[in-house]
Amino acid sequence: MIRFDNVSKRYPGGHEALRGLSLHVPAGQLTFLTGHSGAGKSTLLKLISLIERPTSGNILIDGQNLNRVSRRQIPFVRRKVGIIFQNHQLLFDRTVFDNVALPLIIAGHDHREIGRRVRAALDKVGLLEHERAYPITLSGGEQQRVGIARAVVNRPPLLLADEPTGNLDPELSREIMHLFEQFNQVGVTVLIATHDIDLISRLNHPILILKAGRLQAAGYARGAAP
Amino acid sequence: MIGRRSRKRGAAVRRPPPPPRQRRPRGARARLTWPRLRWPQLASPRVYAARHLQVLIESLGRLARQPVASLMTAAVIGIALALPSGLLTLLDNLQRLSLSWEGTASISVFLHDEVTGDRARKLAEELRSWPEISTVNYISRDEALAEFRQHSGFGEVLDALETNPLPGVLVVEPTRQDLTPAGAEVLLERLQALEGADLAQLDLQWVQRFAALMEIGRRGVLVVGALLALAVLLIVGNTIRLDIQNRREEIEVTKLIGGTDAFIRRPFLYTGFWYGLGGALLAWVLVQLAFLLLRGPVAHLAGLYDSSFLLQPLGLLDSLTLLLAGALLGWLGSGLAVSRHLRDIEPS
Repeated sequence: MIRFDNVSKRYPGGHEALRGLSLHVPAGQLTFLTGHSGAGKSTLLKLISLIERPTSGNILIDGQNLNRVSRRQIPFVRRKVGIIFQNHQLLFDRTVFDNVALPLIIAGHDHREIGRRVRAALDKVGLLEHERAYPITLSGGEQQRVGIARAVVNRPPLLLADEPTGNLDPELSREIMHLFEQFNQVGVTVLIATHDIDLISRLNHPILILKAGRLQAAGYARGAAP
Repeated sequence: MIGRRSRKRGAAVRRPPPPPRQRRPRGARARLTWPRLRWPQLASPRVYAARHLQVLIESLGRLARQPVASLMTAAVIGIALALPSGLLTLLDNLQRLSLSWEGTASISVFLHDEVTGDRARKLAEELRSWPEISTVNYISRDEALAEFRQHSGFGEVLDALETNPLPGVLVVEPTRQDLTPAGAEVLLERLQALEGADLAQLDLQWVQRFAALMEIGRRGVLVVGALLALAVLLIVGNTIRLDIQNRREEIEVTKLIGGTDAFIRRPFLYTGFWYGLGGALLAWVLVQLAFLLLRGPVAHLAGLYDSSFLLQPLGLLDSLTLLLAGALLGWLGSGLAVSRHLRDIEPS
């Protein structure tokens, strides 16, 4: 699903975030991406979501070379990738419902369909009773789940999450990870960037470890086979 | 893809993904296909129209939540629009006033000396039947002499002459719609060609001068109008620019989850539309009020000149034009700001 082929990214100012990174995330897999701060995790996610472009190398998403995606096509690529941000990126002047509905409105669904799908997504993350609430009235964990509902409401084949459990306690973090596992079980490819080694080492999913812009290791925690 | 998906019933997340058209061998797990990029992916026209209507109302609601700021912007636009539209209406009234000054553009047809009074009266009768002529007045040679004697003060000189030197005259007044310089010229030529007519003369200079003055006035208003239209563009553009900055975060998030430029542009365009329309409405009220205030004194003045002239405010068609122009300027001004500033905002 995701293939990096000798990808380098040098930011203006000379900082080299990725140095000839090659990796492969198979379709239908839940993969963790970890490494120290500055190892290039965020850059990798930004390249997949076309926020940044690589300095060199190719990124293929299910065979689609992102280098060949023009500026005008970017929105249509992004609609196929659900992104979950550490800081949630919710719109605070809108209700939970309206936040989650935004991807569907953008895609041009009619409003009955939107209502159905938003409620299904909110039900999935356990926030159905909060649909009329404003995000500011919710806890950090609840806000994160609103962000997840927004990312999956359009049923994208690929989910990206950047430190989804960054500010959550272990119990909530486990719940969030369990949600991702559920999406993965229906066939969604999930890539989660996280620091939370403790948490991911208890889960049986492949882990990619970045170090200084290169792939340092790939495998399973505790040597468990898939 | 959208249409097919949207007809599916049931929950978005709980349901398994639609069976993919897989070209590669399937793995152990069900896979979602990555749909081929299709450009453009359009919603159905009904959904599209509903979306536009929704944004239209939403942007109005957004403005209504800051009534003072919105009204101030609309008021500036209103004053800028009221000036040219008020001046144009004033010019229209002047034009009507000039038409109500009957007789000022009459044509004098001087007859040959041998045309008798009977023949001249017959000719006058014939001319009255022409559609472009409103009245014909015959002044016989004797009457002309008497009038000249009375007004000129050359009575003694005339007494010295053996014969009456003055010709008979048919004074022809064109109807109002033929009072244009071109129309009067055509009529003049026809009258000149009449049998028995020696010379047809039009008090054309006055008509032409007035038309020239009106033309200058119109051009002047056009120049002022163009400048003020530019001002409206800038006002709306600047307001929308601030609006874009205030909603920077929202724009970034929308871009991140796949909002196209058109989608992001839309609410700002409609906001500009409302500013323009609101400004035009205010301009309309201002012009109508001003004319209402002027109406009494102008009627009084006209009365002193024995005229029943009434100042006319903006008509229906002109009012609609004003509203349309305002809305269009608002839309354009917003479009300018959006095209300049939206590209700069990218998620990071």
